[in-house]
Amino acid sequence: MWAISAINLKKTYGKEATVAVDDISFEVAKGELFGLIGPDGAGKTSIFRMLTTLLLPDGGNATVLGLDVVTDYKTIRKKVGYMPGKFSLYPDLTVLENLNFFATVFGTTVDENYDLIRDIYVQLEPFKDRRAGKLSGGMKQKLALCCALIHKPDVLFLDEPTTGVDPVSRKEFWQMLKRLKDQGITILVSTPYMDEASMCDRIALIQEGKILSINTPQAITAAFPSPIYAVKANNMFGLIQALQQQKEVSACYTFGEFAHVIYKEFPLSEIDMKNYLNENNLELQFYSSIEATIEDCFIRFLK
Amino acid sequence: MKETVIQTDKLTKKFGDFIATNAITFSVSKGEIFGFLGANGAGKTTAMRMLCGLSIPSSGTASIAGFDVYTQTEEIKKNIGYMSQRFSLYEDLSILENIRFFGGIYGLSKQQLKEKSEMLIHQLGLESEAKKLVSSLPLGWRQKLSFSVAVMHEPKIVFLDEPTGGVDPLTRRQFWDLIYAAADKGVTIFVTTHYMDEAEYCDRISIMVDGKIEAMDTPSKLKEQFAAPSMDDVFYQLARGAKRKE
Amino acid sequence: MKQFMSFVRKEFFHVLRDRKTLFILFGMPVVQILIFGFALTNEVKNSRILIVDQAHDESSKQLIREIEASQYFETENIVADFNQVEKVFKEGKIRVALVIPANFREDLLQNNAASLQLINDASDPNTATTLTNYISSIVLDFQMRNFPGGPKPIQIIPQLRMLYNPQLKGAPNFVPGVMAMVLMLICVMMTAVSIVREKETGTMEVLLVSPFKPLMVIISKAFPYLILSLINVTSILLLSVFVLDLPITGNILLLYAVSTLFIITCLSIGILISVRTDSQQVAMLISLMGMLLPALLFSGFMFPIENMPFPLQIISNIIPAKWYYIMVKAIMIKGLGFSAIWKEASILVAITLVILGISIKNFKIRLA
Repeated sequence: MWAISAINLKKTYGKEATVAVDDISFEVAKGELFGLIGPDGAGKTSIFRMLTTLLLPDGGNATVLGLDVVTDYKTIRKKVGYMPGKFSLYPDLTVLENLNFFATVFGTTVDENYDLIRDIYVQLEPFKDRRAGKLSGGMKQKLALCCALIHKPDVLFLDEPTTGVDPVSRKEFWQMLKRLKDQGITILVSTPYMDEASMCDRIALIQEGKILSINTPQAITAAFPSPIYAVKANNMFGLIQALQQQKEVSACYTFGEFAHVIYKEFPLSEIDMKNYLNENNLELQFYSSIEATIEDCFIRFLK
Repeated sequence: MKETVIQTDKLTKKFGDFIATNAITFSVSKGEIFGFLGANGAGKTTAMRMLCGLSIPSSGTASIAGFDVYTQTEEIKKNIGYMSQRFSLYEDLSILENIRFFGGIYGLSKQQLKEKSEMLIHQLGLESEAKKLVSSLPLGWRQKLSFSVAVMHEPKIVFLDEPTGGVDPLTRRQFWDLIYAAADKGVTIFVTTHYMDEAEYCDRISIMVDGKIEAMDTPSKLKEQFAAPSMDDVFYQLARGAKRKE
Repeated sequence: MKQFMSFVRKEFFHVLRDRKTLFILFGMPVVQILIFGFALTNEVKNSRILIVDQAHDESSKQLIREIEASQYFETENIVADFNQVEKVFKEGKIRVALVIPANFREDLLQNNAASLQLINDASDPNTATTLTNYISSIVLDFQMRNFPGGPKPIQIIPQLRMLYNPQLKGAPNFVPGVMAMVLMLICVMMTAVSIVREKETGTMEVLLVSPFKPLMVIISKAFPYLILSLINVTSILLLSVFVLDLPITGNILLLYAVSTLFIITCLSIGILISVRTDSQQVAMLISLMGMLLPALLFSGFMFPIENMPFPLQIISNIIPAKWYYIMVKAIMIKGLGFSAIWKEASILVAITLVILGISIKNFKIRLA
């Protein structure tokens, strides 16, 4: 049995029936860390809300722990933990008060499931009497995670837990998720950051309510069909413009300090590249074949 | 030597005992893309507010486009553009109405407004959508439009506060194309981001930790200095030691 | 139950930590009572009066003493010549003149009737009426005291009796009105705003995805405001008894029972607003404009309902504050018991049930 299963899930909004989620199907196995990767507006939040019984699907159906999200919503609500996209704690209550409150609402106590949250809570402990509204982005997310975990849910839904959080806190957050997964909790997480995809067991790339691809991150990147190279020259702006004119090149875009070049079929040799750039008054500084990243794959799907 | 448009000296902001921004000193020259990085709570927002003339420093000096942050805040506001991820455009106004409104705020004449809005809509290829509400645009387009609106009055400096948060990777790159084009025309770009690959696109970056600027240089020199393979790693090395996490 | 208590405790934290809310909650009743009690009074005090005493007998002197003793009048002069009246009026020195005819005492004793002439400055008709009423009541008093066993009917003036409030004090009128307004404001606006705030901060999402029953979320959010409102009722009553000298003549338990009923009505209105709106501003606007204003206009507290056009009189029947106002007046001022107010109470119960029914029907266990 799947922990989460969605079949042809569909959601539209408003009179004009703007499609937010368009025929989406996917399954998450028990104990899996599954990522929905896509930009804002891709429909991630709508999917989360349907799975957490907060929205009724307009089409298709979905189950969580084998329970139907429409008819068995009461049972589902007892068994899942949910962390919505926006900060969802009481800013005028302290860290400890928030935690105690949510523990009681879920019919448990902080002590009862302390084991589960200990790793995260120790970082919050020094601030336990501080009002939640005065915490930094990373700390707020940790507290929200604690609150979502407090009743030892079987499935954890985390909607963009790392958005707006700095890279260091993001890394720490993903380490926490790994540890939770090791304790057998199924986790569905969404993120707009492509580099976080590799932390998941399996991912679904989504854009405009549709799934572009669904697989393990390794399989998705391995399936990248064209030769891809990283290039660096003395002038990035000029390099991109020059390469976009090259007839063997199908796409070229910046990627950190490098430009990524995707060839239609046959990659240029280093000598050919060097000569081509020289013709364009550019000096080649680095050139190497690389493995595609999730971001490369996503860009390819968008084009 | 290029003209300096942002110059700070020991710029400090205290809230009671808490030193949000601790004696930061740096300068940015005309047409430069300056990345302003730091962990959450490091003091970036406070610093940015002082530079925009929204908050008076506790001590130290700073001049923006030649104007003093203590006394000439009104002049500063006329010479800068500002765009943040949180607030950019009015969603219940159409694209054209937004452009006209913001142009009007910055005192563009009717003629200028007309020319500018046509040019802007043409540049972004939004001709057929000009009369649609902003809320109907995808986020990426909204951010691009919002940037164009922020530079419409030809400011000397544009402050961008996490302009690409949550935007898809393709639109993110198109957004940076706009930034490059603006910088090419001599507009100074002051940008914060949580995407470390975007840090690489900046001419120079500074990294704030606990209210202080701990590192400042070109991306490649920083990587060299910290013997790190990527900017991500540089950032991690610096920010990991941060004491202030609140 | 434990969840419920935890919720209530949390709600109290919210209220206690927000100074603005705290002020509205506990400062407002006090401020309103004081404003209505001392500033916005329709009592007229220390009006200057000219007395033309043409009788100069024992009775007329006694009557003059009683007028002078009252806090409502201050004697400008006592003269014997009627011609003075117009002159003094024109000088603007007085608001009212009282003419006691010659043979006042004899007329009273022998003819069982005496007439007094009261000349009023009617350029301010309300004050003029009020002053007439004051004089009438003083004269009535005088008559009762001095000629109790006198052959009837003794007619000095047309018989006017100011029931329940012989001194025509303002307090009996506005204390019930302020109670209705304060409860309306706190219960409707605060409940609506605090529930909608949870929607805005996203905490409602988390609460909905919890085993806690959605309806319980609403009930436990409303409950603290029931307590706070009862505290407010108490503070208003204490103020009116000890500061405004307005005793509670009826059964205090009945008064609390009726107040609790009205609070529940208001809470259900607040809940109804909160289930239909998504932003705090909208909730606040609806509570203020859509609820408080009609309560003010149609409760009979500010403007007498009998004077309104018929359609408005009908509309006033669906305003809960009207019924509460009538009941509080009946219990507090008239000292009446349940038998006198059961009709109003039943109407209020009916209104409450209808509103609660609509709210529950509109309540969403999901987000949309």
